[in-house]
Amino acid sequence: MSIKRINAIIIKEFKQLLRDKRYLFVLFFFPVFLLGMFGYAVNFDVKNIKLAVMDNDNSKESREFIKTLISSEYFILSGYIEKDSDIKPMLDNQDVQLILVVPQNFSTELAKNNGKPSLQFLVDGVNGNTALIINNYITSAAMNFNAKIQTGFAEKAGITSLSPINFQPRFWFNPSLETTKYLIPGLIAMILIVTAVVSVSLSLVREKERGTIEQIKVSSVNTIEMLLGKAVPYVCIAMLNGILVLIAGMLLFNLEIQGSYLLLLLTTSIFLLAGIILGIFVSVVADSQQVAFTIAVFLSFLPSFILSGFVFPIDSMPPIIQIITNITPAKFFVAASRSIILKGAGVSAIYDQLMYLILYTLFFLILAVLISIKKEKEL
Amino acid sequence: MNTILHFVKKEFLQFKRDPKMFIIILFAPIVQLVFLGYAANMDVENVKTAIIDRNRTTESRLLIEKLEQSGYFSIEYYINDYKEAEKLIEKGKVICVLSFPVDFDTKLSRGESAQLQAIFDGSDGNTASIAAGYMIKLVAEHSQKIVLTARDKSGKALLIPATISAETRNWYNPTLKTRNFMVPAIVGLLLMIVTLILTSLAIVKEKEIGTMEQLIVTPIKPHQLIIGKLIPFTILGMVSVVVVLTAMRVIFNIPVRGSILLLFVSSFFYVLSLLGFGLFISTISKTQQQAMMLSIFVVMLPMTFLSGFSFPIENMPYFIQMVSYLIPLKYFIVIIRGIILKGVGIGILWDEILILFLMGITILYFSSKNFQKKIN
Repeated sequence: MSIKRINAIIIKEFKQLLRDKRYLFVLFFFPVFLLGMFGYAVNFDVKNIKLAVMDNDNSKESREFIKTLISSEYFILSGYIEKDSDIKPMLDNQDVQLILVVPQNFSTELAKNNGKPSLQFLVDGVNGNTALIINNYITSAAMNFNAKIQTGFAEKAGITSLSPINFQPRFWFNPSLETTKYLIPGLIAMILIVTAVVSVSLSLVREKERGTIEQIKVSSVNTIEMLLGKAVPYVCIAMLNGILVLIAGMLLFNLEIQGSYLLLLLTTSIFLLAGIILGIFVSVVADSQQVAFTIAVFLSFLPSFILSGFVFPIDSMPPIIQIITNITPAKFFVAASRSIILKGAGVSAIYDQLMYLILYTLFFLILAVLISIKKEKEL
Repeated sequence: MNTILHFVKKEFLQFKRDPKMFIIILFAPIVQLVFLGYAANMDVENVKTAIIDRNRTTESRLLIEKLEQSGYFSIEYYINDYKEAEKLIEKGKVICVLSFPVDFDTKLSRGESAQLQAIFDGSDGNTASIAAGYMIKLVAEHSQKIVLTARDKSGKALLIPATISAETRNWYNPTLKTRNFMVPAIVGLLLMIVTLILTSLAIVKEKEIGTMEQLIVTPIKPHQLIIGKLIPFTILGMVSVVVVLTAMRVIFNIPVRGSILLLFVSSFFYVLSLLGFGLFISTISKTQQQAMMLSIFVVMLPMTFLSGFSFPIENMPYFIQMVSYLIPLKYFIVIIRGIILKGVGIGILWDEILILFLMGITILYFSSKNFQKKIN
């Protein structure tokens, strides 16, 4: 292996990249632009739930309950319904997400000793996640209302409290339970890996397609030198991109990094290296740009979105799928960067993720070299 | 007409020459559908929990058992103090730590209020809020039971205030599983990827290889060329619609409640709009590399994030909601979820279907227009 020959390949590759100004613009502009746009779009916060009410009781008590519901930031009253037949079309059309039906005997039942008045809530369950959170809000609204009745009741009876367990949940790291900050690292991972894998995967294939690869082959450059020389310029571009995207994330979304900047940068670099190597692997396997593009998309796009833990928690996946999640380096980056950014974790908490990433990179590098040597022999 | 037919034949001959591509286009979506369909699940179950039990009595154990039996919490560790709790949470080993005070049982037996504390790792706000909701509900149930047993034991006819109960019924998806919600949308994503991969390179490839000049000197007209490119891709796109929808039905056993015909018709319009985007990119790009980057950045990523696939559009800021109106996948997701999960028909979905159709026609018109200009 000669540094001089690798250098020559690097310079050639850089020159080629710099020639296509439009492409470079796309490569640097879009990741930052898309992060800015999507960052505002990614959140699971459930607020402003559209609510319709059918109040068959129409009493002081029922109105009071409705008032407590809509005075919270979660529910918005979008109207009253008069008849049963209006319920289905409203839910079908997604005019509202929730319908409250107050039965006729609500206030009379409420006045009884040990009475059990019930309220009916009809939830649009199509999005199971949102519906579940709506269910939780409803439960706590009913419980708060009960607690209010009980305190009033207890005061009259001269007892301090009727609730034997005083339960206090507390939330660490993110007390307001906003989801955006948790999702931004995943978004960064996805944008960076798609850019890295797709951009690099085409570099080698293009030479195969145009026939310029023969010219390189007849020179004294060997396979490993060529792969390394090809990788370096893309690593530089990807690193620059990574830094830009991280800065944009911090500025646009007030992402306060609790842990060390240096550690975050190191994690990002290892992750990008893994992405580049994955791209090199694709370009060794594919023979045409179209095939390379297809494999790159199927390897980087959807896996980094769905299998990385970015949107769907890995713990909820079936065991076999949990093993398959290792196909995307984004998985390790998402876990590590979340720990650094949100929890301020140090090396000791994330070193296993970093080791996985390094192993992953080595695995695909060796695989790429082996396949490319084998392909050369076949020629 | 004849010219177009010849051109279509040429395109098919080209497909036949690249069998690797054909196999990938046909099978990759199925493989991905299987993996992603099983992975796309936001259900919160078996929340990893650690317990600090300073009480160690039947009272505390009763509640712990109740949590474990609910299926929502799985007790992974019994620890002694908050220091250990901090480590476990930081490493992501547990999401929740529940702590019982020393006097938990004595307070209960005296009829006083016992303090019970839980810490949740809030960094994943979604999971934390759902898990906390489960726990609040379970503790409240337990609490109610303690009150009732105390009353029964005392034998006195105590006055008990009325408690309202919220009876929730979740329509369309009573078990609130997220998989049925996600899989149809993944179908939409896969169709997008397949059609874009096919079409975004269609014209730029001929430009790069130099065969475009040959096409231009033939008597074929630009709109004929676009139509000739379109027909094979539409056929391939529809094949992939059939394959992916069948796979969804067979593998995930998701029944289609509404009309299957309507599902296919709207899939056709959706594919048409995607073909339009693909061909448009292909006409404006100079190299295949540019075309690929554009289709990823301008079409695939925005479609994925702004379509309401996983992030509800209602939550987005107003400006971004406006942008989402330009996303065909947004309409297709409403349609496919509506037909499959709710069983609604054209009476409710007509506007989405119409928009998809118009989008397809408009963008196809513009790409053929743009192509014409380039040639002249």
